[in-house]
Amino acid sequence: MAPITMIEGIRQAMFEEMDRDPAVVAIGEDIGVYGGAFKATEGLLAKFGRERVIETPISETAIIGAACGMGFLGLRPVAEMQFIDFIACCFNQVTNFVAKSHYLWGAPVPMVIRGPSGGGVHGGPFHSANPEMYFVHTPGLKVIYPSTPSDAKGLLKSAIRDNNPVLFFEHKFLYRRIKEEVPEGDHLVPIGKAMVRREGQDITILSYAAMAHTAMEAAEQLAKEGIEAEVIDLRTLLPLDRETILTSIKKTNKLLIVHEDTRTGGIAGEIAAIVCEGAFEDLDGPITRVTALDTPVPYAPTLEERFLPNTEKVVAAARELSKY
Amino acid sequence: MSNPLTREQHLGLYYFMQLNRQLEERMVRLFRQNKIVGGLYSSLGQEAVSVGTCYALEEKDWIAPMIRNIGALLVKGVPPRDIFTQHMAKYTSPTLGKDGTSHFGDLKVRHIVSPISMLGDLIPVMTGVAMAGRYLGQNIVALTWIGDGGSSTGAFHEGLNLAAQQRAPFVLIVENNQWAYSTPVSRQVPIKNLADRAVAYGIRSWIVDGNDVVAVYNTAKEAVDECRAGRGPALIEVKTMRMRGHAQHDPAEYVPKQMFEYWKARDPIDLYEKYLTENKIWEAKTKSEIDARIARELDVEQKFAEESPMPPPELAEEGVYCEGCHAIEASWQRPKAEVTPPACSLEPGWEVKDYGAFLAGEATRKEIAAPAVNAPAGNAGGNGAKISKPIVKSGGKAPQQKPPLRPIEPEAPEVPRVPFGRGPKDKSVRESQNPRDRHANQNPRDKRGRR
Repeated sequence: MAPITMIEGIRQAMFEEMDRDPAVVAIGEDIGVYGGAFKATEGLLAKFGRERVIETPISETAIIGAACGMGFLGLRPVAEMQFIDFIACCFNQVTNFVAKSHYLWGAPVPMVIRGPSGGGVHGGPFHSANPEMYFVHTPGLKVIYPSTPSDAKGLLKSAIRDNNPVLFFEHKFLYRRIKEEVPEGDHLVPIGKAMVRREGQDITILSYAAMAHTAMEAAEQLAKEGIEAEVIDLRTLLPLDRETILTSIKKTNKLLIVHEDTRTGGIAGEIAAIVCEGAFEDLDGPITRVTALDTPVPYAPTLEERFLPNTEKVVAAARELSKY
Repeated sequence: MSNPLTREQHLGLYYFMQLNRQLEERMVRLFRQNKIVGGLYSSLGQEAVSVGTCYALEEKDWIAPMIRNIGALLVKGVPPRDIFTQHMAKYTSPTLGKDGTSHFGDLKVRHIVSPISMLGDLIPVMTGVAMAGRYLGQNIVALTWIGDGGSSTGAFHEGLNLAAQQRAPFVLIVENNQWAYSTPVSRQVPIKNLADRAVAYGIRSWIVDGNDVVAVYNTAKEAVDECRAGRGPALIEVKTMRMRGHAQHDPAEYVPKQMFEYWKARDPIDLYEKYLTENKIWEAKTKSEIDARIARELDVEQKFAEESPMPPPELAEEGVYCEGCHAIEASWQRPKAEVTPPACSLEPGWEVKDYGAFLAGEATRKEIAAPAVNAPAGNAGGNGAKISKPIVKSGGKAPQQKPPLRPIEPEAPEVPRVPFGRGPKDKSVRESQNPRDRHANQNPRDKRGRR
């Protein structure tokens, strides 16, 4: 099978799931005739028609509310946020209604909210955000943030089949920059399982999304210096795969966490607590993090580069940690 | 208008309104005995709205009540014990004690979506329910309520606009009970009739006397039938009055006494009893029989609730996720083949019927008159707007005299916002901030800048 991009993996997941189950519908802004702002839904309308590819006004709250209502009748809607930044517009609907329905009154909401996220493409402060932690902090949701075409496809298919509301973040920097062969057939990747991308015994670098690639690049550089890093791609942020994290720490005894989300309240803090609770005595050095700055995502390339973590920053931090 | 209700239905309306009221009166006593865990939100005086609207629905239709729409829950077949146990946080309640009040639902049997405290949010949700019902060929109508207060939320606009754009079989009852907590309608919206808003969405609307259950029912029935026939969403403004405070803790001293007196004389159950008697639909004996039945039923239900246990503490940790506990299966009432390729496939593209330019003969602009306003006299006049005549529904039995209450005047004309450190009495500030000038600078934005 020819290698495909991440956006193509997402598109294929949509086509395959809508083909498989007529309960799956797509809803969002400009997702039909135009095929979506990033063309993730291109061709869906021609194949599945207006009843299943629902183009809405600019109304994020209405999109999520309607998708939730459809879920109550047994449909499996996939709602697109044109840019994931706009999920802030429907924060209440997602966190207060969708997320709480099953716990409070036993109403499962089988829906997916997907959309392009992340920076590095000079999208500016309203088209580059990584708002995943608002939702990782919300019981009742699942949060997925893949880094490869194969994972994006397999995890989106799993998300659509899940009985819970799933937030599916798609890093737009990765949409067309990487290609990968995707397994043939009904390719599913389980939600809640991290992936060891590179084995090593000296240090663990935990990351996800675009930063998983940065971590890999850093690991290659570190290898030249004689530091063998184990790189873990979280893939799912909620629920977190504690087992894979703790197993790796017990092996390498050092943890570096890299994320593109801002520093305060980022997932690094949560993971640090999990590791302290579960593997404190295995640690040989301080849990270290490389993250974006605690600022909005700035627009100018010079500013955004300063804002984002990169390979050099990860290598430098790993080098320091290795000294312990 | 003609009244198609049978005797049995007439008595049904009475039964549910009275059941609604008696149930709540018992809950007030339980509240005073400290047996209600949280707040208690009364629907006293609004029973005709909950009961009359829900009575117009079929069993397969979906509702999403607000906290005060207890009567609608009863009409939908919810046993009173569920409402008692919810309020008392009992393990036997529909949410097992995880939420209180009317905050519970029933997807499978009664088709009820649970209320949420963030008002307006259920409008898009029920739009989705209506869209899904249509997609599955179920021929259902989805109905929800919103208060005068909740009608100012963004979700109200987004939901109603989507419903209108989708022509969803969705009915919105705007339950105007005159008060949003302590704020009168006139201080929330500048218009007199909330139903006027329907025009902006291109949907049909009615205004009805919310204390006349027959009028409420007939109007709702008409709207529901039209909706089911595929004519798109409908909005009904129901004018009624909240006869208690926001909740039990609130003595509602901000409500003018005369206003309570006016509405007390128009109590929906008293009016309906009179109607049933005058129209010889029942005899005194029927009333006492129904009342006795309600008392009997409520005795049993209340006892059940009072004797029920609280939930075990470990329940707090359970049920955040659906892990196979629910089978999710849509009920298809149309062939799946219709929505499966190739039957559903099409040639994508937009059909644009006109090019959107303003064309009105030689004119290049046209003034649109504002509808009737609710604003203070000093601010309202001057534009020559006429009060539009909405479709007003009433059974004709309600007292027709003008309300004897004094108008609820806002305390003073709006004072312009002033820069920090300068008082509103500063003449130069007032002159430089004429309210009209402030509005003149507001440019409507066509769309959100997204690039």
